[in-house]
Amino acid sequence: MVTPVLRVEDLTVSYNGSRVLDGVNLEVKEGTWTTIVGPNGAGKTSLLRAVVGGVGYEGAVEFRGSHDHSARDRALNVALVPQIPVIPPGLGVVEYVMLGRTPHRSVFASESRRDRAVVGDVMDRLDLTSFAKREVSSLSGGERQRVVLARSLAQEASLLLLDEPTSALDLGHQQEVLDLVDELRTETGMTILATQHDLTMAGRYGDRLVMLNEGAIVARGNAREVLTEANISEHFGAKVMVIDDDAGPIIVPVIPTSAA
Amino acid sequence: MDTLRESADAERFVVEATRFPLGWFAVAIGAMAAAVVAGVTIGPASIGWFDSLHEVVGLLPGIDGSSDLSPAQSAIITKIRLPRVVLGLMVGSLLSLTGAAYQGAFRNPLADPYLLGIAAGAGLGATIAIVSGVGDGIGIVDPVPLAAFIGALVAVAISFAAGNIGGRSTVSLILAGVAVASFLTALQTYVLQRHSDVIREVYSWILGRLATSGWGEVTLLAPYFLITCLVLLRYGRALDVLSVGDEEAATLGLDPGRIRAIVVITASLGAAAAVSVTGLIGFVGIIVPHAVRLMVGVGHRALLPMTILVGGAFMVLADLLARTIVSPAELPIGVVTAFVGAPFFVLVLRTSSRQTW
Repeated sequence: MVTPVLRVEDLTVSYNGSRVLDGVNLEVKEGTWTTIVGPNGAGKTSLLRAVVGGVGYEGAVEFRGSHDHSARDRALNVALVPQIPVIPPGLGVVEYVMLGRTPHRSVFASESRRDRAVVGDVMDRLDLTSFAKREVSSLSGGERQRVVLARSLAQEASLLLLDEPTSALDLGHQQEVLDLVDELRTETGMTILATQHDLTMAGRYGDRLVMLNEGAIVARGNAREVLTEANISEHFGAKVMVIDDDAGPIIVPVIPTSAA
Repeated sequence: MDTLRESADAERFVVEATRFPLGWFAVAIGAMAAAVVAGVTIGPASIGWFDSLHEVVGLLPGIDGSSDLSPAQSAIITKIRLPRVVLGLMVGSLLSLTGAAYQGAFRNPLADPYLLGIAAGAGLGATIAIVSGVGDGIGIVDPVPLAAFIGALVAVAISFAAGNIGGRSTVSLILAGVAVASFLTALQTYVLQRHSDVIREVYSWILGRLATSGWGEVTLLAPYFLITCLVLLRYGRALDVLSVGDEEAATLGLDPGRIRAIVVITASLGAAAAVSVTGLIGFVGIIVPHAVRLMVGVGHRALLPMTILVGGAFMVLADLLARTIVSPAELPIGVVTAFVGAPFFVLVLRTSSRQTW
C-alpha cells in the first residue's frame, strides 16, 4: 500500500473550550485533488490551519508517514494559500514570491542561485513576469491570487492547501485560477487539498469531496455521492435542486415562493 | 550550440540577485562623513577646519598627529567635539535602527522605540535619581543614566509580562505598553509635583542633550551599540518574512513569536541604553526609518543598515544646530529633531511616489 501524502488521525481543534473539529480522520493520496465543502463554521479552515500547524490541535498529522516534524519540515511538506492573504505594503512581486523560499535555507542566509531559479520558473509558469517590477498591493484581485499561488509553489512542497482560493474572484477568474491549479497538478504531480464555498464549482474540480459539518466529516466520495439534495438540505439548511449534468452535479437554489 | 542556449535562456524569466542599493548607501555614507566633518570643525572656539581635521586624523593609529594647535585647542577637538560627534552618531543610529526594528516586528508604522514604556520608565528612573539627590554625592558613576536605564528595562519587562496575559498578539503587547507608559508617567508626574524645585532639571533631561564629559559616555554606550547593531542586522530577513503576518510566517517554517521577542528585546536594550545617556530624543525613531523606506524600499536587509547611517548623520547635524543657533547657549536636541525633522519629513512624504505602508 502506498503511504498517503497526508494522513490526519482523530484530529480535534478547540477554540476557548469549544470544539470546532472533533475527531476527524482523513487520508489524501499523492497527486489527487480533494475538496472540502461545508457550511460556515463547519471547521473547513480550522482543518487546513491544523495541517499547516497554524493552530494547536490534538490527534496526529502525518506527512508521508512521518509525524515528528519541526515547523520548517512541515513548511517543506505543505504550503498554504490563505483565504485572505496578508499583503505587505510596498513589497515587490519578486520579493514576495521569494518569501516562499524561506523554509529552504536558514533565516540568516541570503538567497541562493537555486532560490532565484525556482522563483523565476514559477513566475514564468504563472505568467507573472510582466508584473515583476510591480508592488503586490497594486495588483488586482485575480493577479494577486496568482502571486500568492506563486509564493506557495516556490515553497516546493508536494502538498498544496487552498483555502477558498476563489471566494474573492469573479467567475472568469475563478475558472482561470482553478484551471491553473489543475494544470500544475497534472504537470508536477502535486497533491491538492482545497476548501470551496461554491458547491457546483467544488463538483467540477478535483476527484474527491469531503463534506464537513459541526467539526465532523458527514459525507465523502465523488461529487455525485456527496452533493445530493439530501446532504445539502441536511447540512447546509438549504433548499436546492441538484441537476445531474454530464460534467457533474449543478446545484440550483430553490426559492419557495416561486411555486405560487 | 551556445547561441541555442542563449536563445533558450532569453525566453526564461531570470530573477537577479537582490542588489544592495549601493547608490543610496554612497549618499548616506557621504552625508555621515559631511556631518562628522561639520560637527568637528564648527563650534564657538574658532579653530580652522583644516587644523581640526588634522587633529582628528592624527588620532588614527600609524599617522603622525603633530598639528599646529595649542594644547587647549587640541583638547577642544579631541575631548569635547569629537566624543560628542561620536555619541551623536551612536544615539542617532540606535534610535533609528531600533525604530525600524520595532515597526517591522509589530508591523505597525507608528511603532517607535519608546512604544513599550521605555521613555516613561527612563523618565521615572531619572526623576527619582535627581529628586533623591544621589547625583550630587557620588563622583565616579553618574546615577541618573543608570537609574534611567533600569527604569526603561523594568518598563519593558512589565509590558511584556502584562502583554502576554492577553494572549500573545502584537496588539495586546502594544496596549500593555501604552498602559505601562501611562502608569509610569503618572508616577513621575506625582514625584515631580512633590519636588517642584527640580522640575527644571528633570525637564531638561527629558528634552535630551548630547553634552558629554569626554569619552566616558561613548565607552559606556559602545557595547550596547555594537550588540544591538549586530543582532538586529542579522534579523533583517526574518523581519521581511514577518511582514506577511504571524500565521503565514508560521506556515513558512518560522516561529514568529520567538523572532519578535528576540528583535524587540534587543531593540529595547539598545534604545534604553541610548535614552539613559542622552535623555529622551523624540521623533528620530519614526522619521528616519520612514524616510529611508522611501529611498530603498521596505526590505529590511537594506533598510536596517541604511537607518544606522542616516540616523547617525541626522543626529549629528541636529546636534550641530542645537549648539550653534543660540550659541553660546544650547537648544535641547529633542526640540531640534522635531522642529527640523517634522517639516523635512512632510516634504519627503509629499515628493515621494513610493508606497511604503
